[in-house]
Parts: sequence; structure tokens; C-alpha cells
Amino acid sequence: MNNIGRNSFDIGYLDTLAAGDSPLHRLDPRAKVITTLAFIVAVVSFDKYALEAMAPFFIYPVVLISVGGLPAGYLFRKALFILPLAVLIGIFNPLIDRQILVQIGPIGISGGWISFLSIICRFILTVTAAFILVSLTGFNAVCSSLLKFGVPKPFVIQLLFFYRYLFVLTDETERMARARSLRAFNSAAMDFKTFTSLVGNLLLRTLDRAERIYRAMRCRGFDGDIRIIGSIKTSWRDIVFTSGWVLVFVFFRYSNIPLRLGTLVTGFLK
Amino acid sequence: MSHHIVETINLHYTYPDGTKGLNGLSFRISHGESVAIVGENGAGKSTLLLHLNGCLSASEGSIKIGDHLLNKKNLAAVRRSVGMVFQNPDDQLFMPTVFDDVAFGPLNLGLEKPDVERLVRQALQTAGVEHLASRPPYKLSQGEKRSVSIATVLAMSPDILVMDEPTSSLDPRSRRRLIELLKTFQHTKIIATHDLDLALDVCERTIVLHQGRVTADGKTKNILFNEGLLFSSSLEKPLSMQHCPVCAAKKDS
Repeated sequence: MNNIGRNSFDIGYLDTLAAGDSPLHRLDPRAKVITTLAFIVAVVSFDKYALEAMAPFFIYPVVLISVGGLPAGYLFRKALFILPLAVLIGIFNPLIDRQILVQIGPIGISGGWISFLSIICRFILTVTAAFILVSLTGFNAVCSSLLKFGVPKPFVIQLLFFYRYLFVLTDETERMARARSLRAFNSAAMDFKTFTSLVGNLLLRTLDRAERIYRAMRCRGFDGDIRIIGSIKTSWRDIVFTSGWVLVFVFFRYSNIPLRLGTLVTGFLK
Repeated sequence: MSHHIVETINLHYTYPDGTKGLNGLSFRISHGESVAIVGENGAGKSTLLLHLNGCLSASEGSIKIGDHLLNKKNLAAVRRSVGMVFQNPDDQLFMPTVFDDVAFGPLNLGLEKPDVERLVRQALQTAGVEHLASRPPYKLSQGEKRSVSIATVLAMSPDILVMDEPTSSLDPRSRRRLIELLKTFQHTKIIATHDLDLALDVCERTIVLHQGRVTADGKTKNILFNEGLLFSSSLEKPLSMQHCPVCAAKKDS
């Protein structure tokens, strides 16, 4: 079976979610962008062997998903879709770093495994946070608030088009893969020659289509500015949201809560 | 309102790969006219349409929209007055929801939020797709997509509507609905099409293109009766003007 149609990214659904209406959806996009950035910085700044200290950070996606009424399964699956990238980054850690750090009974766990798991953990947290940001805000609003923060326009436009053309690329890939599999009768694996011509063709077709979309945008007055319909206004809610979460992140970052809890429990047991 | 006049004067265009697109093309379309551009595949129809709002610029010759020559300076104004509906609605619809997509143009024109919302509602209503406002465009049927892409253009209140193959890949009923919709528009209409029945229904004038040149320009009825001309342009009489196959079979027997 050619599954590519079903498995394709379907990241457009994030934008559909952004049309929802919850207290989180109504927040100023800028508040959500800052909070997400603070979250990512806090998670990424942990030591390479940090694992249990990161655990409290899972509260953030859990709270946002439940308050924002987002489909947790969908977001998780989308994060898994990109997981191989993180695995690729960390996969050699267990081989290189063999020093035993933790001893659980007879099993010694090396530093490599811990840092590998730490990378996966960070990855899931940051990617989910980014997906949550887009599904609560919409990509255009995210880009528009980046512009308001003074991020250079060419950079934001690149980001916007990258996102737009992602759909184009997956669409075209899907069609080509389907056309190939219908005539390959699913028997032969793709040989190198077919693969290269497929990729080359894909590039040309995508460029063509991207140009047509760009043309359609120009025809409707697109001039590089991103305009969104909701007016952006900051209220006390946005300030409370951002400053509240940032305080929580700082607290989580500098006090190892699981460790404290652990010592508390073991101390109590003694 | 001279604004609605479209005039091309000796247009030439060659694609970067050397293919000749237009080869000395001239015509004048005046206010409120509804004109079909017909011709075989590769005759230059789409190339011509892309010139009308400056997506492509001619290597020779010029275009007048209203009283002004189309140039870089007035490109934005021309794009506002010439609304273009592309052949493939998937190229035209790129926003997360139908509402956002229709609002894209008016927002870029710098209109205020209440005006944008009003225009979007109006355009959706005219195109008969008000109920789709909150749907994501890529989930719609082909006919719905087509109506939405027409709404995206209507929302910018253009004077001239330019359409590339508006009835292609529509089912018969959607096609009929679109034809009825087009008939209600007061705009100057320029429609490139292979659907000669559409031309017959909607356009009183037809321009025939062949190899990037105008080979005939006149009343649609006269042109579509001219079998020699149709044959030399790889076209056929519209179905509604052909003999009824059932009656023909009866006559033969």
C-alpha cells in the first residue's frame, strides 16, 4: 500500500486549530511567542545529562493542550513524525560516552544513554511547544508578531514562504509517489535512477507551483507585509500569562523539583 | 468609466526557453464587454492573461488598462482593477481558512477590519459560498474551490474579471451554476476557455488565438458557426450547436 497520502504531514490542520476560540486563542500572539521562546530557552539550557529535572516542564504543554482544547494525539503524532531527526543527532552518544553514571541494581546506565534520552526529551518538549504555539495562534499571526518584535522582514518572509511551500512540496511528493507506485506495481523497490529523476522532477514541479502561488499572492496585492484580520492588542491577561509562565519556567529551571521531592520522600522514609 | 477598457497593442512574448508565447497580438475590449478567448492548447491564451495584470511583461508591444499604459509604476493599481482567477484554484487558495483567503486581498489593500469583513461576507455571498467561510480551502470540492477563488477576486472589487478556464474540471451542475453566476456580473469579463458552450452562453464576443496571434475577432455566434475557422484552430462547434445524436440516429434509420 502506498501510505504516503495518509502519512503526509497534514500540518495544515495546525492552522485549522488556530481558528478555534478559547481563552488561549484570544491572547495576544506576541505573548504566546515570548512564552514559547522562554520555554524553549529554559528547556534547551539544561546540562547535557539533565533528564529528571526536565520532567516538570511537561506541565506546560499539558496545561495548554487541555485549556486550549487541542487534540493531544494529533500533536504528539506530528512531533513523532520529526523524531527521527533527533534520534539521528543523539544516536551516537551511547557509543561514544560509555562512562556509567547511574547504577540501577545490576544494570549500569552510561552517560551516553542519558544524554541521548535527554536530547529526545528536549526535542519532544520544544517541538510540541512550537506546534502548540502555531495551533493556538496561526502561522500568519506568529510571523506578524515576529515582525513587530523587529525580526528582519526578509527572514520572516522566508519563514512564511517556507511554511506555505511545505504544503506544496508534500502535495507534489504525494502525487508523484502515487503515480510511480501505480506503475511500479509495488514489486520493485525504487532504483537509484528513478529516485534521482523523481527528486529532480519534484524540484522543478515544486518551483513551478511555488511561482504560481507567489503570482496569485502578488495579484492580490501581496507586497511583503503580513496583515492579519484580528487586531493585536495587549491586555492584562497577556501580561499575566507571559510573566506567570516565565516565573514558573525560571523556578523549574533553577530548582530541581524531582530531586527535591525525592530527597523529601527518602528523608521522610528514613 | 474608461477604467474598464483593455487594449493590447502588438504584444510579443517569448518564454525563457525560446518558446514563442505571443506573436504580435492586438485587440481592444471596451467597458462591460464579455469576451471569450479561445484557441487550441498552446495558442497563447494563458500567456496573454498573465500579461493583462503584469505577471508577465511583454518583450515588445504594450497594454493599456483604462487610459494608462501598464508599467511598473501603476502595477498595483492595475492589479486592483484587473481581478485574475487562475486556472488551478489550488494555486489561488493558500490561507488556512476560506474567510482568511478572501480577506487576503482586501487586507493587502490596507482596508480597516470592519470594511474587510463586510467585503469578505459580500464576496462569499455573491459567489454562493457563505457557508464555507470557516472551512480550510484544501478540504473543499473542486467546484467549491472554484467559487471561493472567484470570491477572493470579487472581494477586491475589480473592474475587470480575467478568468483562465473557469469551467475546467467542474461537474455539469457546478459548471451550470458558475455560468449563471458569471452572467450576473456587470464587470468587463475576459474568459480564456475551451468550453465553447460557456463562450456561447456568457460572452457576446469571441477572440480566436492561433500561434500567439488573433485569427478571428467578432460576435461569438458568427465565430462559432464558422466551421472552417474552428477546424483550423483545433476547435469544434459547441455541443449545443451540434446535431442531437438521438435525432440524427432516427433520421439515419
